[in-house]
Amino acid sequence: MKTLNRRDFGVDFGLALAAAVLLPVTTARADDIEVHIDNFVFQPAELKIKVGTTVTWTNRDDIPHTVVSAGKFRSKTLDTDDKFSFTFTNAGDYKYFCSLHPQMTGMIKVE
Amino acid sequence: MSGHDHGDDGVSRRKVLECMTWAGTGVLWTITGGVPRSLGIIDSAQAATAAASGMTFLQISDSHVGFDKPANPNALGTLEEAINKITAMPAKPSFMIHTGDITHLSKAAEFDNADRIISQSKLDVHYVPGEHDFLDEEVKFYRERYGRGTKGQGWYSFDAGGVHFIGLVNVIDLKAGGLGNLGAEQLAWLEDDLRGKSKSTPIVLFAHIPLWTVYPEWGWGTEDGARALEQVKGFGSVTVLNGHIHQVMQKVEGNVTFHTARSTAFPQPAPGAAPSPGPMKVEDAKLRAMLGVASINFKQNEQRLAIIDTPLQG
Repeated sequence: MKTLNRRDFGVDFGLALAAAVLLPVTTARADDIEVHIDNFVFQPAELKIKVGTTVTWTNRDDIPHTVVSAGKFRSKTLDTDDKFSFTFTNAGDYKYFCSLHPQMTGMIKVE
Repeated sequence: MSGHDHGDDGVSRRKVLECMTWAGTGVLWTITGGVPRSLGIIDSAQAATAAASGMTFLQISDSHVGFDKPANPNALGTLEEAINKITAMPAKPSFMIHTGDITHLSKAAEFDNADRIISQSKLDVHYVPGEHDFLDEEVKFYRERYGRGTKGQGWYSFDAGGVHFIGLVNVIDLKAGGLGNLGAEQLAWLEDDLRGKSKSTPIVLFAHIPLWTVYPEWGWGTEDGARALEQVKGFGSVTVLNGHIHQVMQKVEGNVTFHTARSTAFPQPAPGAAPSPGPMKVEDAKLRAMLGVASINFKQNEQRLAIIDTPLQG
């Protein structure tokens, strides 16, 4: 009986998840955009967001990284699983990179 | 460190640089042959010692003290193993160079632990910083400890055993999309440092990130490294020692020998052999073999650099 309940819940959860994924971007909360750092890559490398959106970067590598956009924002050194958030209050293109591994670059387009 | 402008001395000196590693945890360089007896290059006691037995020095690199991830949960422990190898050596080397990433996160305690272990070698250590050594908020811990007497962001030169050693910093002001960086100020200083040097003076350049382009996709190279190499082009013997890539790699180009040392902390994959250059987890039993065994033999006027790898275990 328990197993059946759990499975039912799983199905419901799956449907809810599918529904959430299918919702148009504009109705998503504006403050929960995530960028992951995996294998020395920002993922996604390019984002389009609305003014007022907060982006949170999470370092999932075993090596520290930073998130730096010249003159705009600069994270502290992010060790494994550390996060950095920035709220974009002005429209524009924000190129950023990791100041330790400059081959790592990304772009946030704010409109 | 003594003066720099001793241009004409020792033109006829012959040098044999031999580099041998022992036990894979560092690189041991031996310099034998004619040692300059003149004049303010090194002090006379040092010169006498060098003349009698040749000069040896060690390179260790990338100790990453504080690293505790699966690739090596105890980087301080393997550093200590490396230092124990050094203290057990039958012939005491003249000094050691450390080519950066002393610590993993530039914490004061990491620097303290590194120093506590490395000082057990009882050797003078000449450091250059890695990018992991400049991570503290005020970027002061490395400079407080190792920056005294250096120029600019921490570069310097000294003479030992008739060889001119130049420690460079290529981990600062990195540009988006770029590689390691020396910068105009440092290149100008280098030009000045080399001015008037006899072309027969053997040169050793050392820096954290390879000064030659190993693999730009992973940032393994120095944007303006070629400009530094251009300045040493006319010298008869140039040796470039780097770390950063946690594996032995070598190249000989004309009179220039490039060599990278292993890490004492964790291995990294060969260029392009993994999705990223991050720490490479190997079987526990294999870790110490990856941390190092290389025997390098370098002779001036020979273009061949021989490296013999010997596993620590087995």
